[in-house]
Amino acid sequence: MEFGPHLLLASLEGAVAAAVLALTALGLSLVFGVMRVVNVAHGEFFMLGAVLAWWFANLVVGNPALGFIIALVGAPLVVGVMALIADRLVLRRLHYDPEATIVATIGMLYILQQLALTFYGPDARPVVAPINFRVNFPWFGYSGYKFIVIAAAVVLMLGVWLLLARTKIGLIMRATQYDREMAQAFGIPVQRVYAGVFALGAMLAAVAAVLIVPIQQAHYLMGQDPLLLSFIVVIIGGLGSLRGTVVAAIFIGMSDGIISVFFSPTLAKILATLLVAMVLVYRPAGLFGARTA
Amino acid sequence: MNGMVLDRALALHLGVVALLFVLQFILPAYHHGIVARVLVLASFALGYNILFGYTGLLSLGHALFFGAGIYGTGLVMREFGWPASAALFSGILSAVTVSLIVGFLALRTVGVAFMIVTLMFAQAGYLTSLYFNEFTRGDEGFVLQQATRVIGPFDLSEPTTRYFAALLLFAIGLLIKLALVRSSTGRVLVSIRENEERSRMLGYNPFRYKLLALVVSGAFAGAAGAMYGLLFGYVGATFVTIQYSIFPLLWVLLGGAGTVLGPLVGTLFMFYLVDLTSGFTTASLLVVGVSLVVLILWFPKGLLGTVRQRVLPWLP
Repeated sequence: MEFGPHLLLASLEGAVAAAVLALTALGLSLVFGVMRVVNVAHGEFFMLGAVLAWWFANLVVGNPALGFIIALVGAPLVVGVMALIADRLVLRRLHYDPEATIVATIGMLYILQQLALTFYGPDARPVVAPINFRVNFPWFGYSGYKFIVIAAAVVLMLGVWLLLARTKIGLIMRATQYDREMAQAFGIPVQRVYAGVFALGAMLAAVAAVLIVPIQQAHYLMGQDPLLLSFIVVIIGGLGSLRGTVVAAIFIGMSDGIISVFFSPTLAKILATLLVAMVLVYRPAGLFGARTA
Repeated sequence: MNGMVLDRALALHLGVVALLFVLQFILPAYHHGIVARVLVLASFALGYNILFGYTGLLSLGHALFFGAGIYGTGLVMREFGWPASAALFSGILSAVTVSLIVGFLALRTVGVAFMIVTLMFAQAGYLTSLYFNEFTRGDEGFVLQQATRVIGPFDLSEPTTRYFAALLLFAIGLLIKLALVRSSTGRVLVSIRENEERSRMLGYNPFRYKLLALVVSGAFAGAAGAMYGLLFGYVGATFVTIQYSIFPLLWVLLGGAGTVLGPLVGTLFMFYLVDLTSGFTTASLLVVGVSLVVLILWFPKGLLGTVRQRVLPWLP
C-alpha cells in the first residue's frame, strides 16, 4: 500500500480508538471532577462491561443484532449497579478522602479482576458484530461496524454534554463540583449526587467496552490499557475539565493509532507516559485546562 | 525515663533479629525458604515505610527502584561478568540514581499528582524493560547462573547462606531505619508528614528532607531488589510491574504505617495469608484486594499501629 492510503487506514483505526477512549476517559474525568476521586478500578468497569456483553450476547441464539442490543443496555446497567454498591459500601465510608479512595479502588481492581478470572475464565472470547457490511474505499475495504462505533460514541458524548449543560440534574452535578459544602447548604443531596456520578462514570466505561468488544475480544485483563490511556487523557486534558478530556482523547487516540502503525507501539507508550509525568510536574492544570484542578 | 524508653525499643528490635536468627535452626525447609524471601521483601517494605509512613508521601512507583536494583545487578553480571559483590553495589547505585532523578521531578507535585507521577515513571520503566528485550529478555526474564552467585566463600544459592544473607540485609535495614526515625532528621520527616507548611516556617527545607526520604527509600528498594536477584537467581520484567509497587504499600498498611517493625509483620502476615488460603482457593488476587479494602476501611493504622495505640505507646 502507498503512503496516502496507509495513512488513511491508520487515521481510521486511530479514530475508532479515540472514540472509545473518549467515552472511557469521560467517565474517569467526571468522577474525578465532581467527586475528587481517582478511580483506579475504572479499567475494571470497562473490562466488566466487555465480559458482561459477551454473557448477554450469548443469551440470544441466532440473532446477533438482538443479542448485541440486549448487551448494550444490560451490561452498563449491571456495571452501574455494581458501582453504586461499591460507592455505598466503600467510598462513602471513607468520606471520599482522595488518598484513601486510591488504595480502596486498587483493592477493588484486584477483586473485580479475580472475580472475572474465576467466573469468566482466562480465555479471550469474541462477540459477533450486530451488523456486517464493508465500506469500500478505492484502496481497501473497511468494516462498517467501526463507523457505527464512532457515531455511537459521538451520540453518547453529546448526550452526556446535554445532561450536564441543559438539565437540572446536570446543574446539580456542576454545583456539587464547584463547591460541595455550599451545594449541601442549599439542600442538594450531595451523597446521592456522588453515588450517581460514580455509577454514571462506570457506565460510560462499560458502554465503551460493549462497543469495542466486537472488534477486540473480551478478556479479564483488558482493563489495564484503557485505564492507563484514560489517565493520560484526563491529565493532559486538565484534571476535571470535560472538554479538555474529549480534546485530549481525540489527540491521544489518533496519535497512538498513527504512531503505532508507523513506529513501535511500546515506544509510543513510553513517550506518552513520560509526557504525562512531565505535564503533571510542570503544567499541573493540564495542557488544555485553564482552570486549576 | 527517656533513656530507658530508648533502650527498651532497641532491645525489642535486637530481640526480633535474634529470634529470626534462631528460627533458622528450627524452621522446616519449606518455611525456611518462605521466611528468607519474606526478609528480603520486608527490607523493601522497610524503605517504603520511611517514605510513606514517616514522611507521608504515598508513592505508586516503588517497583521502579526495586527493578533498578534487580536489573542493575543482573545485567552487569550477565553482560559484563561482574562478580556478585560488585554487582550488588551496582544495583544499589542504580536505584539511588533513579530515585534522585524521579525525586527531583516528582517532588514538585503533591498529593494525588505525586501518586500519579510516580505511577507513570514506574510504568515508563516497565515498558522500557520490555522495549530493550534484547538485553532484559522482557517478560521471560533471565536466570543468573548458580556459579556466579557467590560472594567470597559464601554460595548465595545454598539455603542456609541464603537465609543468613537475607537476615543480614534485613537487620542492617532495620537498624538504619531505627536510627533514622529516632534521629532529629526522622523527627523533621514526621513534622513534614503532619504539617509541611509549619516545618517550613520553622526553617526546615521540606524539599530537601523529602528528597532524602525518597532516596533512602529508593536505596532500600534497590538493595532488596539486588539481593533478591542474587539469592533467588531470577531477573525479569514482572518485578517492575505495578504489582510490585502495590505490594509494599499493602504490606506497610497491613503491618502499620509509621512503625519500624510494621513492614516485617505485614509482609509475614500477607505471605502466610496467601499461603494458607491457597489451600482452599487459587484466588490470591482476591485476598490482596479484599485485604486492601478491609484495611483502609477499618484498620487504617495497621496491626502494629493499633497495638501502639492501645497497648505499647513507646513502640517506635
